[in-house]
Amino acid sequence: MTLPDLVVANVEVPGRDGFWTLCCAQGRVLELVPHDPAAVFPEARVIPGRGLLLMPAMTDAHTHLREPGQEWKEDIASGLSAAAGGGFSNIMCMANTTPVNDNASVTKLMLRRAADSWPNGPRLFPVGALTLGLAGKQLAPMEELLAAGCVAFSNDGEPVADTELFRHALEYAADLAPVIDHCEDPYMAKGSGANEGVMSARLGLRGQPDVAEALQVARDILLAEYLHAPVHLAHVSCRRAVELIADAKRRGAPVTAETCPHYLLMTDAALFGYDTMAKVNPPLRTDDDRLALMQALREGVIDILATDHAPHAAHEKETPFEDAKNGITGLDTALASLWELVRLGKLTAEDIALRFAWRPAEIFKLPHCRFATGDPADFCLFDPEESWVVTTESLRSKGKNTPLLGQSLTGRVMLTVVGGHVVHELARPGA
Amino acid sequence: MNWPHKDLLDVSQLSREDVDVVMRTAASFREINSRPVKKVPTLKGKSVVLFFAEPSTRTKTSFDIAGKRLSADTFGLAKSGSSLQKGETLKDTVLTLQAMNPDAIVMRHSASGAADFVARRVSCAVINAGDGWHAHPTQALLDLFTLREVWGDELVGKTVVILGDIAHSRVARSNIRLLTMLGVTVRLCAPRTLLPKDTQALGAKVYYELEPALAGADAVMCLRLQLERQEAGLLPELREYARRFCLTKDRLALAAPEVKVMHPGPINRGVEIASDLADAGNSLILDQVASGVAVRMALLYLHITRKEKGETA
Repeated sequence: MTLPDLVVANVEVPGRDGFWTLCCAQGRVLELVPHDPAAVFPEARVIPGRGLLLMPAMTDAHTHLREPGQEWKEDIASGLSAAAGGGFSNIMCMANTTPVNDNASVTKLMLRRAADSWPNGPRLFPVGALTLGLAGKQLAPMEELLAAGCVAFSNDGEPVADTELFRHALEYAADLAPVIDHCEDPYMAKGSGANEGVMSARLGLRGQPDVAEALQVARDILLAEYLHAPVHLAHVSCRRAVELIADAKRRGAPVTAETCPHYLLMTDAALFGYDTMAKVNPPLRTDDDRLALMQALREGVIDILATDHAPHAAHEKETPFEDAKNGITGLDTALASLWELVRLGKLTAEDIALRFAWRPAEIFKLPHCRFATGDPADFCLFDPEESWVVTTESLRSKGKNTPLLGQSLTGRVMLTVVGGHVVHELARPGA
Repeated sequence: MNWPHKDLLDVSQLSREDVDVVMRTAASFREINSRPVKKVPTLKGKSVVLFFAEPSTRTKTSFDIAGKRLSADTFGLAKSGSSLQKGETLKDTVLTLQAMNPDAIVMRHSASGAADFVARRVSCAVINAGDGWHAHPTQALLDLFTLREVWGDELVGKTVVILGDIAHSRVARSNIRLLTMLGVTVRLCAPRTLLPKDTQALGAKVYYELEPALAGADAVMCLRLQLERQEAGLLPELREYARRFCLTKDRLALAAPEVKVMHPGPINRGVEIASDLADAGNSLILDQVASGVAVRMALLYLHITRKEKGETA
């Protein structure tokens, strides 16, 4: 009989009544059992779980790390550190590095950097480019990228405007790995960081209409149905897109979709005063869009949550709004910021486990933990009452570009375990 | 009174009382501009940086003359030939300027919010001389000054039509804010491609045809049409725009008998406004230019002397 070497005792588990004890050995789950105060584990490190929630470690299907090429914003080591602090066991990093991840050598470099800096996780899963150089002209060598370690393909950041090419990309990738599409009509979007609406009109900013996103969503749905080839729709931000996806799913179209915490938590009102921290692509939309996304997430029309973690250096945000880079850094704060929605009764902890841990790992066929015997010991302990202020020091990412900076959050990831290894641990006052 | 504002970023920050102060101060300075010797020592020893990161002739010259007539030393800084063109960030440029300790920075920039960005980083006064599509407060104030010269203080009940490229116009946005605050009815008129999608955010009534917009109007402000709007696909051609929206004598006959015509310049004659109308007796276009110097003198004076007044109060 295998003895546990890591135990979390007396912990609450979302969706289950009472207190539980999680026993792990050699990086895997042995069992999750009702807590027995009399049980002793002489060979194990025992972590007291009272007051904490046991959550599955999360999978972020949409992370931007900046290595190679822009390590001043983020490198793979700092990105994985932020992932560990945020409660993630898996992160999928997009291909828009410099050079672009459109060949095996870049993929291998990424994986080597990850292994060197974090040999015991969190795990890095590169997303290969869909087209060479993300230029939208010629398909990238997908089999080569897959063999090197990529788990999906995407032109994220540079939407493929050529519908014929995108059709071929879906067809070719169908036998290899999922395609993730950044849905944005590049002609209509014109690089704006503001939703086209009342706020953009008042501030005199070039607006990006929600239909620019919905048009591309509609295109992708039609192609996915026509070709019987799956497509995953990235960072959905608006009601119009949600309605198209809901219709498509009713017809059985092979589409999945994600949204990000910031689209659930904020609207374009955050742009008031030209706050570049709230500049993101697609842009923050209206409250109506936010509510539609919330409902879609609860109902499964939106399958998963992803951070779209987009770190930038301070000087890249400390500019006039129109010149500022798009993006919010999200790995450190994802779970804690979403917890506000749990506290308000808009989401449950089970919703988060399902949409931020289990479903993304299923869609992209990554290891994950459902607390069944034999699952990888990938979990985090979350203190739902811990109050903390988001500061540049509290963020492990090099990117400090978040509108949450200076805000107080309630709920914090106290410990993260990946494959049985503790990769993040905060001291608990009084523990 | 002690001027309460460190910076002038847009008219929306001004109260009615503030606007009255600007109007009164400008009126008192206007007389200087008609003297044989057009210079007073009011701002002697003060330095004003004219930081124009976007081409400008009228506004820059107007501020330059305004500053010099008050005996301030004015220094021009354009994007071309400056560190900005070499890739320096706006923040670094501005911190460099700040280190030279000017008393005011007058700035024009192509990005909406740029003046606000600068104002939060320098201790001297920042006067927004136009930021992107957002605001052009000194233009709105000089337009108001010009109208008050004609109408006096009786603005409530007047109707002003703003005609042309509203979507991309900082002049329109500031004028709408200022005029509606003072009780003027503002009508906007443009093809839909030159209006922002959510026009209700601007707080004015919108017309897509010129004739109904002009009916009974007391003034018409034509906006400059950037020629590149045609290339961007917003208009078929300038000729067609002129056919639909050019202000002509016949069309203007639909307005009130004493209607006034305005334009912030530079004018595309025959596109935004018929050439004869631009030069006609009811045109206030050159009055606007003259008012601009007086209003800008007032604004420089109010902002630069603000601290001294506060200290002695």
